[in-house]
Amino acid sequence: MTERDANALRAEALESLLVEKGLVRSEVVDAIIRRFEQDIGPMNGAKAVARAWSDPGYRARLLADPWAAIAELGVTAIPDAPLVVVENGPAVHNVVVCTLCSCYPSGLLGLPPSWYKSPAYRARMVREPRAVLAEMGLVLPADVEVRVWDSSAEMRYMVLPERPAGTDAMSQDDLAALVTRDAMIGVARAGRPPEVGGDS
Amino acid sequence: MTADGLSLRTPAATADEGATPRRRATLDQSGPTAPPRRNGELAFAEVWESRVFGLTMALHEAGAFEWEEFRQRLISEIAVWERREEEWSYYGCWLRAFEDLLAHKGLCLTAAVDARAHALAARPKGHDH
Repeated sequence: MTERDANALRAEALESLLVEKGLVRSEVVDAIIRRFEQDIGPMNGAKAVARAWSDPGYRARLLADPWAAIAELGVTAIPDAPLVVVENGPAVHNVVVCTLCSCYPSGLLGLPPSWYKSPAYRARMVREPRAVLAEMGLVLPADVEVRVWDSSAEMRYMVLPERPAGTDAMSQDDLAALVTRDAMIGVARAGRPPEVGGDS
Repeated sequence: MTADGLSLRTPAATADEGATPRRRATLDQSGPTAPPRRNGELAFAEVWESRVFGLTMALHEAGAFEWEEFRQRLISEIAVWERREEEWSYYGCWLRAFEDLLAHKGLCLTAAVDARAHALAARPKGHDH
């Protein structure tokens, strides 16, 4: 048995014992792993969005030459494919899909979520984006134009979401915490600022 | 808590999954005790690595131990590894640190893990997942 196999067995043994003792539930462990993979993944994109919200000059550079603007942040994202940043506004909502496979700006957003890779999302987002967005919890007014961008190996897209109201006094770091992966794919809005007096 | 989003928030999308943390750990971002990362997200080469990571976080968030208690053991295990000539495995060190902590706390004794691992290893082929 290799060292790795031995580790895998011990990890499985630990989980089964801790579950039996009632110290953890496997579903909680699942949720934590998911939380880390989703929450930490989109950090680079979130930093770029937060800076664009705070700095009009940076916003212009991010839209004009995304990879150069991202390099300014000092992050280690590798420009693996040409990138277009599409900006949401009061009259336009952008959403990204990859109809052929699962092309995705991983350097900015981490690993793609499983639904992004699902046949239903890939097929339906192009055909009926409003219905799919509504099912995902984002109901858009009828007068907002929906633009669907089809990613490919040659071109990736990232959504620059609208800055939420009530965030004027927030620092870039705090703003970045409101920018979720889903908001940068275009299936959600950026988060709301925490309640005043909240401890999180 | 770090400024660049590495604090362990529960995003809105997963807030309904019953894993609301009682407390939060701040993972080291650089140096030998920082977990491997690819493009910002934690990098797990194998499933067991993610399981042992998730188990550690779950018990910590449930209040079973202080993060520093684990972190000091992880630092020790990495130092032990440096004196040996083994293939580097960050999560191998993590696993040993976690086991040591559990035994120290009386939550799960090493002998019990040995016995369970032995039993799992004896499963017939095809029943090992």
